[in-house]
Amino acid sequence: MPSVISISKLAKHYQVPEREAGLKAAAKGLFKRTYKTVKAVDGISFDIQPGEVVGFLGPNGAGKTTTLKMLSGLLHPTSGELSVLSYEPAKRNHDYLRQITLVMGNRNQLSWDLPALDSFDLQRAIYGIPTEEFKRTRDEFIELLDLKELVQKPVRNLSLGERMKMEIVGALLHKPKILFLDEPTLGLDVTMQKRIRSFIAEYNKRYGATVLLTSHYMADVEALCKRVIVIHHGQLLFDGDLTALVQKFSAFKTVAFDIDNPNQDFSQYGDVVSIDGLHVTLRVAKEKTSAVTTRLLSDLAVDDLTVEATPIEDVIESVFSVKKEAME
Amino acid sequence: MKRYIDFYLTSMKMAVIEQWQYPIANYFYMIGMIAEPVIYMVVWSAVATQQGGMVGGYTPGAFAAYYIVWTLVRSMNVVFTPYGWEWRIRQGQLSMSLMRPIHPLHNDVAFFAGWKVVVIILWIPLALALTLFFKPDLHPTLLNGIVFFFAIWFAYLIRTMTLSLLGMVTFWTTRVSALFELYFAAELVLSGRLVPLSLMPEWVQRLAWFFPFRWAFGYPIEALIGNMSVNDLFIGLGMQLAWIIFGAVAVSLVWKVAIRRFSAVGG
Repeated sequence: MPSVISISKLAKHYQVPEREAGLKAAAKGLFKRTYKTVKAVDGISFDIQPGEVVGFLGPNGAGKTTTLKMLSGLLHPTSGELSVLSYEPAKRNHDYLRQITLVMGNRNQLSWDLPALDSFDLQRAIYGIPTEEFKRTRDEFIELLDLKELVQKPVRNLSLGERMKMEIVGALLHKPKILFLDEPTLGLDVTMQKRIRSFIAEYNKRYGATVLLTSHYMADVEALCKRVIVIHHGQLLFDGDLTALVQKFSAFKTVAFDIDNPNQDFSQYGDVVSIDGLHVTLRVAKEKTSAVTTRLLSDLAVDDLTVEATPIEDVIESVFSVKKEAME
Repeated sequence: MKRYIDFYLTSMKMAVIEQWQYPIANYFYMIGMIAEPVIYMVVWSAVATQQGGMVGGYTPGAFAAYYIVWTLVRSMNVVFTPYGWEWRIRQGQLSMSLMRPIHPLHNDVAFFAGWKVVVIILWIPLALALTLFFKPDLHPTLLNGIVFFFAIWFAYLIRTMTLSLLGMVTFWTTRVSALFELYFAAELVLSGRLVPLSLMPEWVQRLAWFFPFRWAFGYPIEALIGNMSVNDLFIGLGMQLAWIIFGAVAVSLVWKVAIRRFSAVGG
């Protein structure tokens, strides 16, 4: 099946003026400016198939948002090749823009003073959606996100989570084939995050849309994405199954138990993460987990012993901390 | 074309609904704006009275007519300013507009056109109050009225184009406020905003012909107050159309280059 998103050696470099602090440096800067080249994205390549939901991960400043902006046509790449639905995004062809959407957790397109219904109507006019189809889609999304009671309130009176749900409805009314989601659950509580996640999953299922998602909440990624792409300093670190990523980079497991006498040395079993009252948490190398739990059960009078995989957040963190050379 | 008409009507409808939510704020804004022509009107009427009842062909009643029409023209040619462009580029708001399959300028034109509907309704009682107080000498013909109707909308489009061009400088400089101040100074002198252009020196009047300011301000006023021949009325409309076309082409060309520089800062 041909890729819907195809990126080859994509780069975006910025010339950023820089100078020392202080008046003297400011005066000097009037006559001679020095620039530094910032490589926001530095030669990444990947392909995405139709209907895939891909997590796009990286720490702040890794180049995730810059890549999404190039994919959605907001930014012109410095070099490399980029094709989405066979379009060159930077040309911002209107037929292309009708087939994609970009949702940014910190940006809004709904009118602040009006009920979301009015803004939805404007979206209908902008995208030229036939009225009947528009009403059907709008009502379907309103029901899926349980927004019936809220769509008639001015947007300014909605909570952050309610507003985000409205933004997502507005961004999907034209039923785009490709969704670029940049931190769609940013700042939302757990319930609201879940709601939005299940809506995105449902949209993907119903319409076969392709989703590229960035999020700092690993629960989003775990719930939605089978595949993840990890970038750091603008370079690709990993591209593959989330489970493969965990296998590759999760070298430890967490062993926790309760014990009557926590005042003893547990370091012979693993790294002590915490001792909280009678509850002890250890970090144990993955290959030693079986041996360590056997020893704990035979040496000590432990209760409620549990073994858990390293949280995905910690796995991703360990990916970022390992140098790129070590990954290859 | 049908889609654009639908977009304009929907966007204008939204602007009307939105602005009706703040009638008091709009009123205070308009009252603040009216202070400027009232000062000009009082000063020039006093000068005319001292000069024996007339300055450069303008009686106090003619000045009153000029500056009361001025208030409507000024309200009509309020557009999205370069400050607004600066804000939306620096704050990243432009990113969301760029994601739509419609040029952001259409959004500006449609939204402010809708706002004008509210402005005109709010302007009527203010104009009546000014008329009762200053007794304008205003006797437009039907032709004056028709030309004026088109002229104020054309003025709106001219100012949209010129200030959008100025606003787009933000793509290069990040800040454009200083340039806007310069534009504003030129507009004050060359448009008929400060004083009717016929009272300015001959060379200023000649110069004003070659800039857009006059066609976005003084010309619509003069078209209604009745100082122009039929020929001049239509030449004026022609000049306005020429500036709109020139502006639209310039905006389109500059936009193509400017958008490549867009760095989507702030979101």
